[in-house]
Amino acid sequence: MTDSLAAIGAVFLAFLAAVGRLTRFALQALAAVFSPPYFLGLVLRQVLYIGYYSLPVVGLTALFTGMVLALQSYTGFSRFNAQSAVATVVVLSMTRELGPVIASLMVAGRVGAAMAAEIGTMRVTEQIDALTTLSTDPLRYLVLPRLIAGLVTLPALVLVADIIGVFGGFLVGTYKLDFNPQAYLTQTEQYLETIDVVSGLVKAAVFGFIIALMGCYHGYHSRGGAEGVGQATTHAVVSSSILILIFNYALTQAFFS
Amino acid sequence: MISGAETPKIALVGVEKSFGRKRVLDGIDLAVAAGESLVIIGGSGTGKSVLIKCILGLMRPEAGSIRIDGEETVRLRRAGRERLMGKFGMLFQGSALFDSLSVWENVAFGLVQGRGMQRDEARDIALKKLAAVGLAEEVAMLSPAELSGGMQKRVALARAIAAEPEIVFFDEPTTGLDPIMADVINRLIVSSVRELGATTVSITHDMTSARRIADRIAMLHKGRIVWQGPASEIDHTDNPFVDQFVHGRAEGPIQMEVRAA
Repeated sequence: MTDSLAAIGAVFLAFLAAVGRLTRFALQALAAVFSPPYFLGLVLRQVLYIGYYSLPVVGLTALFTGMVLALQSYTGFSRFNAQSAVATVVVLSMTRELGPVIASLMVAGRVGAAMAAEIGTMRVTEQIDALTTLSTDPLRYLVLPRLIAGLVTLPALVLVADIIGVFGGFLVGTYKLDFNPQAYLTQTEQYLETIDVVSGLVKAAVFGFIIALMGCYHGYHSRGGAEGVGQATTHAVVSSSILILIFNYALTQAFFS
Repeated sequence: MISGAETPKIALVGVEKSFGRKRVLDGIDLAVAAGESLVIIGGSGTGKSVLIKCILGLMRPEAGSIRIDGEETVRLRRAGRERLMGKFGMLFQGSALFDSLSVWENVAFGLVQGRGMQRDEARDIALKKLAAVGLAEEVAMLSPAELSGGMQKRVALARAIAAEPEIVFFDEPTTGLDPIMADVINRLIVSSVRELGATTVSITHDMTSARRIADRIAMLHKGRIVWQGPASEIDHTDNPFVDQFVHGRAEGPIQMEVRAA
């Protein structure tokens, strides 16, 4: 019994220590915002990488999500003659939940893994130590631009995903389910409120920060060559995906409960 | 050797560093005079790289003192550490060139990012440093991945000396190179450092390299300095550790660990 409690306590303490290390890492990187030099070029490069190059995969995912959502809600709602709610369900689901969550999970797989692999490789090949010896703070040079880019780019990406997802629902609604296009659009905007979109964008900003933070953190602390980099990549994707789901619940509760 | 009145450029007293229960540095006392070239020799896993990283501030020792120009550096904060880094240059074992930058951008990195120099001016200096290590201007625009190991080492050397540091560290500068290229690198190290007038600390297990670049040699074994003296004495000392290491014998006081501790 005592051994079991000790084991649970040890796991809990290890969890708290990990949270502490992660928080310290994030605060140390963010502290660099308050003093020059600033690497704006690196921020823009990351914005391009996270945002522009993720557009195809996020757009495709959003398109099919909107289409499936329209189909599913139509077949479900037709059981109690509520088919007219399809457009509203699609737009609210996309803006509040599916847009930010699905886009972020896709970006976590694509960008979070790449960040962990790139920074992890720099760690095991001593490039991060080289930065330090060249009077350049690695947190300022490598981590901060990615955190900023994740924070500002995901909302833009999710806004695009929202629009494409709603368009996917519109395509299925009008071409397959025989909704009147004008009526579908009217219903789409009729019950949509600013908070629906804004809450999704705030979520996206938080998720973007989480993806960049986990990618950088695990890459920065990777050890032991190729195997260590591989583990860092896996940890970055898994931990950011789990945190996205946890924070999604917390933010939904904060906005709508 | 260091005269009594002169402040050493680098002075270590009682430096200790452990990883878990494994003590890697066990009370290192070492002094390097200004302009001196010290080479630290020792087998793999004896703590040579850890020692250099402690001096550079990349690792923090648990105990002891590390002074640079008389200034205690172990507990320096971020601003103090950044200022101190301006005195250092480092050639890493694997070169550690930045993959995402071209060769000249690698060489100019410390000038542009560390010292805020304009790119055009830094580029001119980078090209001069590349020429000094025998690399043509066409190489400057290449990516590090397009270079051979020997050329990467030369670029890394050019980067280490580009900002004209007061102290240059060399971590296994000839590892992985053929004997001819190793000699080229050794000669470049000697000529570049002589031109700068810099103090150097090198670690190696390549005795040819050590003899070529050292004024003084120290031997590290199990986290302790077991011998130090002028490079000219390395082949004449009766120290059993040095004798075994220099002659590459399996028998002697140094027993290689053939399984993990």
